[in-house]
Amino acid sequence: MKRMDRREALRALGGAGALLLAGCDRLSDTTWFPKVLEAGERVSRGVHHLITSRRSMAQEFTEADLSPEFRSNGTSLPDNAQYKAMARAGFVDWRLRVDGLVHNPQAFSLDRLRAMKMRTQITRHDCVEGWSAIGKWTGVPLSEVLAIVQPRERARFVVFHCADPKSDDGTDFYYESIDMEDAYHPQTILAYGLNGQALPIKNGAPLRLRVERQLGYKHAKYLLRLELVESFAQVAGGKGGYWEDNGYQWYAGI
Amino acid sequence: MRAQDIHSYLYYRHTLPVRVMHWINVVALTILMMSGLQIFNAHPALYWAKSSYSGKPPLLQITSRNDDVAGPIGVTRVFGYEFNSTGVLGLREHNGRLQSLAFPGWITIPGYYSLAEARSWHFFFAWVFVLNGITYLLYSIYSRHLTRDLLPTRPELKTISVSIKDHLLLRHPTGDASRRYNVLQKLAYVAVIFILLPLVILMGWAMSPWLDSILPGWVDLFGGRQAARTIHFIVAWLLVAFVLIHVFEVIVSGLWNHMRSMITGQYRVKEQAR
Repeated sequence: MKRMDRREALRALGGAGALLLAGCDRLSDTTWFPKVLEAGERVSRGVHHLITSRRSMAQEFTEADLSPEFRSNGTSLPDNAQYKAMARAGFVDWRLRVDGLVHNPQAFSLDRLRAMKMRTQITRHDCVEGWSAIGKWTGVPLSEVLAIVQPRERARFVVFHCADPKSDDGTDFYYESIDMEDAYHPQTILAYGLNGQALPIKNGAPLRLRVERQLGYKHAKYLLRLELVESFAQVAGGKGGYWEDNGYQWYAGI
Repeated sequence: MRAQDIHSYLYYRHTLPVRVMHWINVVALTILMMSGLQIFNAHPALYWAKSSYSGKPPLLQITSRNDDVAGPIGVTRVFGYEFNSTGVLGLREHNGRLQSLAFPGWITIPGYYSLAEARSWHFFFAWVFVLNGITYLLYSIYSRHLTRDLLPTRPELKTISVSIKDHLLLRHPTGDASRRYNVLQKLAYVAVIFILLPLVILMGWAMSPWLDSILPGWVDLFGGRQAARTIHFIVAWLLVAFVLIHVFEVIVSGLWNHMRSMITGQYRVKEQAR
C-alpha cells in the first residue's frame, strides 16, 4: 500500500514538473494552446468593462509629478524620406487624413487641429515593458475630429496609420486601433504638444494618440491617417495593430 | 510493521475540494511566478514612485554592462550598491553565447525571451488563480474549514513560543495533536491567505491602467504604480519563501504521509510511543 502511494505521488510530481519545465514551451508552439491562453485577455477586457464606467477617467497628475525627460521608446525617428522632408519643413505640408466609414472625409492641417477645442492632461504613460513616465499632453479630443467627419453607423473601430516603417525595407508601417468607446472618451486626444512644447520627433511629432486607460503601444505616434472601419481583419496582419500582429494583446488595459 | 499498525490509524484530513484547489494553486502560482519573471525581464528595474522616471534611481536593477577589466558582466544593483552577478543574474553563457537577460530561461515561462507570450501565460493563470482563490474562500467559510482548521484559538496563541522552539528542533506533534494544524502553521496559512495573496492580486490590478481608472488615485495609497510593481515583486518572492518553508516542513514531518493526505485525503496518525 505504502509503495503504491509513493509511486503514484512520484508520478504525479514528475508529471507536474515535466509539464512545467519542458511542456510550457512546447505548448506555446501548438496552434490551440495560445488560443486557450487568449481567453485570459477576453476575461480581463470583459471584467474591466463590467466594473468600470465607459467614462471612467485615468488618473491626472500635477506638474510636480512630471518626468524630467519623457522617454522615447520604439521609433525615435521614422526611417521614411517623405516624413523627414515634412519634418524639415516644420510639418506645414503634413495633413491628417480621416476617412473610411465616414460621411465627410477630411484632411486636417496642423494649424486647423491647433485651432480646434484643446485639452491638456498630465497623465502616466505605462509601457507594456513595465516602466512608467508622466507627461503633460496637449491636443484635440478625438471626439471633436469625429464630430466633423461623422462616422457611419457601421464604424466600430478607428485605425491609426503611422509614418514609421517597422521593416528595414521601409514597409510594414506601425498602426493601431481602438474601439468607439475609447475613441469618444474625454481623455482620448490627438496630441501635438508635450510638456508645454511642440511634440518632439522622438515622441511622435507632429501628432500622436493618447488613449490613457491603455498601455503605451496603443498610443500610436507619427499619425498620418485615421481610418474608420467595421473590422480590422483586412488591415495589415489583421490583429488590429503592429504589436498585436506580433503576439501582443489588442486589449491593452492590463 | 504489525506494531506500527496497532499504534496508528488513517484520518481523513483534507476534503476533496481543498485537495483539488491546493493543486490548482500549485500549478497556477508556479506559472504565475515563472511568467512573471519573464515579464520582469522586459524592464528589469524596480522603483518606489508613481513613475520610473521621477529623477530617483531604481531600488533594484538587474542588468549587464561592459567592465573596463572584466569585459561584459552581469550586475545587480540594490539601493545603489552594485554586485557582480555574472552567470546568475543579468548575464550568462547560453548555448555558447552571452545572453543578457535578468533571469535565466530555466526559471521563466516561456524559456526564451518573449514578453507577449509571458503576458498571455500570466493573465490566463492569474484568472485561474483568482477564481480558485474566491472558490476556496467561499468554500472555507461555508464548510467552516476556516474557523475550524485555520483560525488559531486564543489558548493556541499563548503557545507560540513553545511552537517556535518545537519547529526549530524539528519536533512534530504525534497522536491527536497531529490531526490539527499547529499554531505557527495556522498563522502562516492565514497570513498567506488573507495578506500576501490578496496583496499580490491588488498590486497586479494597480499596474493595470484601466483598473486604475475605477477610482483615480487609489494606486497612490501604495506609493504609486511603480511602487505597486515593486510590492508585487516582493510579495511574489515572499510567497516563494513560504513555499520553501512549507515544503521543508512537509519533508521533515513525513513527506509521503503529507503527500498522500493531499492526494487521497488520508493522513496516518501515529500514537505517541508508550
